Amino acid sequence: MPLFHNEDQAMLADTARQFMAEEGNTTKQLRHWRDRDCPDGFGHAIWKQMGELGFTGILVSEDDGGLGMGHVEAGIVLEEIGRNLTPSPFLTSSVLAATALGKGSNDLRGRYLPGLILGESVYAVAVDETAKHRPEKITTKAEKSGNGFKLTGKKSFVVQGASADMLVVAARTSGSDGDDDGITLFAVPKDAANMSQEPVRLVDSSVASHVTFDGVDLDGDAVIGEVDGGREVLNAMLNAGRIGAAAEGVGVASGAMDMTTDYLKQRKQFGKLIGEFQALQHRAAHLYSEVEIARAVTIKAQQLLDAESENADLMISVAKAKVAKAAGLSVKEGVQMHGGIGMTDEYDIGLYMKRDRALQEFLGDAYYHAGRVAELSGY
Amino acid sequence: MSDLETFRSETKAWLEANCPAEMREPARDEADIYWGGRKATFSSDAQKQWFEVCRDKGYTVPAWPTEYGGAGLAPAEAKVLRQEMAAIGARPPLSSFGIWMLGPALLKFGTEEQKKHFLTQIARGEIRWCQGYSEPGSGSDLVSMQTFGEDKGDSWTVNGQKIWTSYADHADWIFCLVRTNKDDKYQGITFMLFDMESKGVSTKPILLISGSSPFCETFFDDVSVPKSYGENIPGYVGEINRGWDVAKYLLGHEREMISGMGGGEHTAAIGAAMNRHSAKTGDELDPMLRGDLAMFDVDALAFTAMSEKFMDEMKAGKGHPAQPNMMKYVGTELNKRRHELMMTTSGSRSLEWESEETSGGKPSKNWLRTKANSIEGGTSEVMLNVISKRILDLPGA
Repeated sequence: MPLFHNEDQAMLADTARQFMAEEGNTTKQLRHWRDRDCPDGFGHAIWKQMGELGFTGILVSEDDGGLGMGHVEAGIVLEEIGRNLTPSPFLTSSVLAATALGKGSNDLRGRYLPGLILGESVYAVAVDETAKHRPEKITTKAEKSGNGFKLTGKKSFVVQGASADMLVVAARTSGSDGDDDGITLFAVPKDAANMSQEPVRLVDSSVASHVTFDGVDLDGDAVIGEVDGGREVLNAMLNAGRIGAAAEGVGVASGAMDMTTDYLKQRKQFGKLIGEFQALQHRAAHLYSEVEIARAVTIKAQQLLDAESENADLMISVAKAKVAKAAGLSVKEGVQMHGGIGMTDEYDIGLYMKRDRALQEFLGDAYYHAGRVAELSGY
Repeated sequence: MSDLETFRSETKAWLEANCPAEMREPARDEADIYWGGRKATFSSDAQKQWFEVCRDKGYTVPAWPTEYGGAGLAPAEAKVLRQEMAAIGARPPLSSFGIWMLGPALLKFGTEEQKKHFLTQIARGEIRWCQGYSEPGSGSDLVSMQTFGEDKGDSWTVNGQKIWTSYADHADWIFCLVRTNKDDKYQGITFMLFDMESKGVSTKPILLISGSSPFCETFFDDVSVPKSYGENIPGYVGEINRGWDVAKYLLGHEREMISGMGGGEHTAAIGAAMNRHSAKTGDELDPMLRGDLAMFDVDALAFTAMSEKFMDEMKAGKGHPAQPNMMKYVGTELNKRRHELMMTTSGSRSLEWESEETSGGKPSKNWLRTKANSIEGGTSEVMLNVISKRILDLPGA
C-alpha cells in the first residue's frame, strides 16, 4: 500500500478539513468555551455535527452501525482537529473507548455504541494512576463480590472524565501491581455509586478528572473482554489512542508551522520581511523537514495497525515520539518567531503551544516511547 | 502466475546460476568495487565473471534500453531484479559515474547518435567517467565557475581548474562544466565531454582527513575540446551555453539518488547492534548513551518511513519537486549522527587507525568520511535555502 491517501481518503480529508476550519476553529470552539469557563471544555453541538458526518463511528464496525474504517481514516479527522485545536471527545470516545468497546460483548456494544455514533454520548478512559503514563503498573483493584466486582482505587488525569457518560476503567482482578496478566477492563457508568470525581482545568483549557472508586459495585456484564485477560484489550485501546494522538499532533505541528511561515512573510523589521533573514529561513526549513517526517511515520504506523502487522507496536511508538519532537519544535519555534505577539493571548500560536504540551503527555511522552522503541528493539 | 512473478522466478534462477558466491559477500574495500574503464583490472576471477555475464545480459544498466547496452527492463521488473540481487547480497557488477550521472543526462538531453555512442560504452564498462563541476572559488555558488573555453571554430580551447573531481586520476573521460560566455552567468555554460588523455589535462589527488584520496584537483592548460565526435555526436550535452540546465537536472538527480538511500543501512536503527557490541566487549551501555541511541532509532525509523513515502509519491507523480533536497538534508545529517554514536559506543577501540582488529581503522575512517555527506552534492545549508525558497516560498534572495 503506498504511503499516501487513496481517493476515498483524500475525499474524507477534504470534508474534514473544510468542516473543522469552518465549525471547529478557535473562535467558534476553543476560545468560545474557554472564555465561558465551560465545565466540559468542549461543545456538545459540534460533537453532534461530527455524528451527522459519520466521524464518530469511523472505527465502529458496520455491523454495529459505524463506518468500519481504520486508523488512517480516524487519523485524517484527528489531523484536522489538531490543526484547528478543536476541543471534542473524538480521541477519547471515538478512538480509545470505541476500540475497547469493539472488543466487548453484544450487550455492551448495544448499550454504548449507538449513543457514540449519534454524537450524543461521551466516554472517557481511566488507565493512569500517576502524573505520568505508566500503564504497565495498575493498582486499582476489582475484587469478586457476589456475581460482580467491587472497584477500589484512584485514577489520575482522566481526560473529560467528568463529562463522560461512561468510563473505561483498567483494574487489577488478580496478580500484583506490575503483572501483565490479571488486568480487566470495565465499563463504569457515570452515576455509579461510590465513584467521585475531582475535575481540574488543564493548560490547554481541557478538563481532566481525578477519579476515586471507593467500593464501586459492578455487574459481571460491565466487563469488557475477558476477566484477567484485559491487557490485550488495553493494549489495543492504547495503540489506537497513541497513533490517534500522534495524528492530532501532526495537525498541531502543521497548524503552528503554517501560521509561523505566514507570519514570516508579513512581518517587517529593519526594512525587510523577516522571512528574508537566512537565520529564520533555515530554522523554518528544518522545521518543515521534521514535520514532514512526523507525518510520514504516522501514516506508516496507521497502515501497519490497520493491517494488524506485528511491527505496528514499534512504529506506533516511533510515531508518537517523533511527532512529540516535531510538534514540540513547531510550537516553540512558532512562539519565538512571532516575537512579542507570540506571548499574547490574542494570537493562536500560544494556544498551539498549550495543546501540544497536553498532547505530549497524553498516553506517553517522547521519552516513554523512545524507551519503548529501545525495549521492543531488544536493548 | 503473473508476468512479473514469472520474471521473478526466472531472475532468481539466473542469479543462482550466474552470480559467483564471492560476489555475494559485502564489498570489503575499494578493490572489491569494479569501476570499469581503459585502465581497469579485476581483483578476482569471480569479479570478472560476474561483470561479464551482467554486461552481456544488459544488467549493468538493467533499465536502459537494449539499443544502448541495457536490458530494457520496465520499472517494476528493474525493482524485482534489485530485490532479488539484494536478497542474495549480490554486489553491483559495475559502479560508475557514467551510469549514475552522465547516463541520465544523456538519456534526457542527448542526441540519438550520442546516446548510442556514449551510453553503450558506459553500459559495457569501457569508459570510466568523472565529473568536473566545482572549482576552488565555486563550491556552493557553483554557477560562479570560471573555467573558460575559447571558441576556435570546430573546437574550444579550455583553461582553468576543477576541484573535488571524484577519481579523476582513474578516469578516462570527463563531463565538465565550461564557461563559454562570460557575459551571461546562467546561460553561458556548456556541458562538455572530453578525453582525460587530451594534451594539457593533469590531475592531483587530494589527501582527506579520512586518509584516503577519492577526489582530485584537475587542471586544464590549453586543452583542445572538439565540438563534434562524428555525425550528430556533439562534444557537449544539450545546447551550447545551456549546460546549466543539464547541471541542474543532474544535481536534482544526484540528491534524489543520495536521498533514495534512506531506506537502506545508512539510516536504519542501530541501538540493538550497539547494545550487542557493548555486551561482547564487556562494556555496559551507558544509560545516557542508551537514551541517545533510542532517540536516534526513533529518527532513523521515522526517516525510513519518510523515504518510503517519498519513493511512493515520486512513482505516483505526487510530492513537491524540491522534496529531494529535504531528503538529502535529513538523510546525510542522520548518517553523520549514526557514525558519531557508533564511535562513542566502541570507545577507544574506534580510535585505532591501522589495527587489524578494526580492518585498518575502518570505524574512524568511515566516521570521518561521513562528514563530507552534508557537503558534497549541495551542502545542508544550501538544501535549507532551497527548501525555504521553493517549498516554503519564503521571500528574498
